[in-house]
Amino acid sequence: MTDLDNITQHQIVYKKMEQLMDRMQDENTGISVRTVNKFRAKVPSVFTGTDLILWIMKNVDVDDQVEALYFANILSSHGYLFPVDDHFLNVKNDGSYYRFQTPYYWPSNIFEPENTDYAVYLCKRTMQNKKRLELADYEAENLAKLQKVLSRKWEFVFLQAEAQSKVDKKRDRMERKILDSQERAFWDVHRPMPGTIITTEIDYRKLKRYKESATLANGDINNLLLPIQLPVKNNISKPTIESIKKDITAMRLKLDRRNIKLSKIADTYITYFEQYAEYDPFFTPPEFSNPWLLDNVEVWDCDKHSSMFLYRKEVTVRRIKRWAFSLKELLADPAGKEHFTKFLEKEFSCENLKFWEAVQNLKKLPQREVPKAAEEIWTEYLSGDSLNIDSQSRELSRKNMSAPDRWAFDIAAVCNRTFSLCKIKNGVQEMINRK
Amino acid sequence: MKDCKSYSVAPPLADIALRNIWNLDMALDVNTRTETVELLSREADCLKHKLEEERKKLNDVTLANVAERLEEVTFLNIKPRRLLKGNQAKILCCDWSPDKRHIVSSSQDGKLLIWDAFTSAKEQTVTMPTTWVMACAYSPSGNLVACGGLDNKVTVFNISNPEEDPSAKKKTVGTHTNFMSCCLFPNSDQQILTGSGDATAALWDVESGQMLQSFHGHTGDIMSIDLSPSEIGNTFISGSCDKMLLLWDMRTGQSVQSFEGHLSDINSVKYHPSGDAVASGSDDSTCRMYDLRADKEVAVYSKESILFGVNSIDFSVSGRILFGGYTDYTINAWDSLKCERVSLLYGHENRVTSIKLSPDGTALASASWDASLRVWA
Repeated sequence: MTDLDNITQHQIVYKKMEQLMDRMQDENTGISVRTVNKFRAKVPSVFTGTDLILWIMKNVDVDDQVEALYFANILSSHGYLFPVDDHFLNVKNDGSYYRFQTPYYWPSNIFEPENTDYAVYLCKRTMQNKKRLELADYEAENLAKLQKVLSRKWEFVFLQAEAQSKVDKKRDRMERKILDSQERAFWDVHRPMPGTIITTEIDYRKLKRYKESATLANGDINNLLLPIQLPVKNNISKPTIESIKKDITAMRLKLDRRNIKLSKIADTYITYFEQYAEYDPFFTPPEFSNPWLLDNVEVWDCDKHSSMFLYRKEVTVRRIKRWAFSLKELLADPAGKEHFTKFLEKEFSCENLKFWEAVQNLKKLPQREVPKAAEEIWTEYLSGDSLNIDSQSRELSRKNMSAPDRWAFDIAAVCNRTFSLCKIKNGVQEMINRK
Repeated sequence: MKDCKSYSVAPPLADIALRNIWNLDMALDVNTRTETVELLSREADCLKHKLEEERKKLNDVTLANVAERLEEVTFLNIKPRRLLKGNQAKILCCDWSPDKRHIVSSSQDGKLLIWDAFTSAKEQTVTMPTTWVMACAYSPSGNLVACGGLDNKVTVFNISNPEEDPSAKKKTVGTHTNFMSCCLFPNSDQQILTGSGDATAALWDVESGQMLQSFHGHTGDIMSIDLSPSEIGNTFISGSCDKMLLLWDMRTGQSVQSFEGHLSDINSVKYHPSGDAVASGSDDSTCRMYDLRADKEVAVYSKESILFGVNSIDFSVSGRILFGGYTDYTINAWDSLKCERVSLLYGHENRVTSIKLSPDGTALASASWDASLRVWA
């Protein structure tokens, strides 16, 4: 795949769909297109919904028929293929007839056609006096609205429509049938029936950027004979000394890292999964019923009153086991925290946990309160010898105290944490054993 | 001592930062001697080559190979359990309350709605003076919600008292120079982290509105940020339209690691719950996973039949399932280890813009341009 610089979200998708359309229309391996008789009238160049679904099942990596149908609907909603006689761009898996859109009308070629073009098109249809070209109610409404908006241009619109209609009349009957339907499908994409989704709409967050790079068609669609080239990367800046230097620095950094082999990494993911599968509701049902499945909020109530449950000895082994995974897990559970504090009190090392919490808490304070809180932590935990902290991180903390910020004691806390952690496993094991 | 061990493997961030500075000096030293574009590019190419070699050495297996020993995920029976309707316009973002049952949503028409997802009832409505409210987030206490978008601002509302009109207690905390695309409260009600279309991210003090730290480095709009789940929580990841993911140290404002591989805009980033990896979703219709310890891409989640971009992603509690909300109106569930799709969820009638796993992992919420929210379980 190539780099997709500055190509809009839509263009990326259109490109993929168009590659697929080429495959679908391949003479040998594509869908066979034929002329059928319907109510004694010939319907040229069509295929059935069933043909389409079968082809997708065979040629695209969809899982099942449902997905194949969904996939077909996506193609039709973007106008690459369409039902022969319906404004609603929808595919059914049956004998109903569909036709391919001509590349000329592919959405990648003409992104946003103008109202004038739409007016000409609708106007033309009213001139042709054919049953199959009659305007639908919403189209008639649109035409009336456009006539008001474009009143100053209306003469031009009318003349254009007349000219186009003349050209159309000279065409072969079958050819006209096909062209009419393709033109209709084009407008069904760009001016869809009310209530259907406008597939060409752009995400607002990206609109601005696209506008800068896109010099896409917004003029007369009839002048557009060739597919517009995709907007190319418009500002390929030549590398400067600075930019290359930056790259070099970044790459050196990457080279300098001690990286771990994929086999080891894969093992850690698997271990993590195996450890947590018991707590993942998509793998193991929660201990209390899943509230979304059984309308039962017991599990949430139980969380709220965790400490109450604790005294009634209702904390389950499954829950306690989780505390042993990490300090985060332990402290995240109110019951776990309570137990752990008690345990540390017994071991006379409660200070460590308190220090850890004070440091974490410092980060959560409003800026205004940070200097004072930092001062307090310093006096309480670090100025003395109560904590087991190496001299280096103590020194770093001392330096940080000159202008304390919310991260002043992070390093000290991390060093001290290693010590606290060693206590957890023993503590939790003890709790489980006691059960 | 699993946790201790993992520590000895990944050096504390301060360490990384120090090494950064050291390296920078080194590089500058070398470069002052050879200050021509040509020589520098040659050196860059050489380094690139070396880096590729090194990476190959680390690729001794693929993730999917190793995961072969796991059983297939065949038992997922995820269905839509709730449908929240009441918005008139496209919903652009949603977030779960820490109480595990309320959801906040923001939409194109400037409405911020608070839902009791369990009863599917709309509880509060806040009207913003702007359209396209692209981001919203609950605070850890559940008392505040932050939101913003096209107004370039991040605004905080207090919703703790349902009797009171939340907009009476509204506070503008920060302002960017372009739309605000994403926001979150990093473990505290007192700070907000935002990402913006001006290619920067920023950390704000809620009370004073002061900018505590800004993060410069991306060359395109930032679309998504996620906070590290590690207990220290000083790092976060951002994904951008420059197709890069950057890992940031909140203390220094420096990016400490970068990941590349996507072919188009990155719309969503999310940490693996272990904190050792990050995943991303992009307009190139793939999701990818990058490992912090390997410093590289370790998995790509894609399928030929998926043509459209990924707007939002999230992991299940165990990290095994990676959910993705797509522009083709579906949600795909991937086995993140075997790298296969395990489920395809239909239901939305327009593009899925935001998906979030509930705090206890029991359900997945999804927001869509079809003006509805759905809860899947």
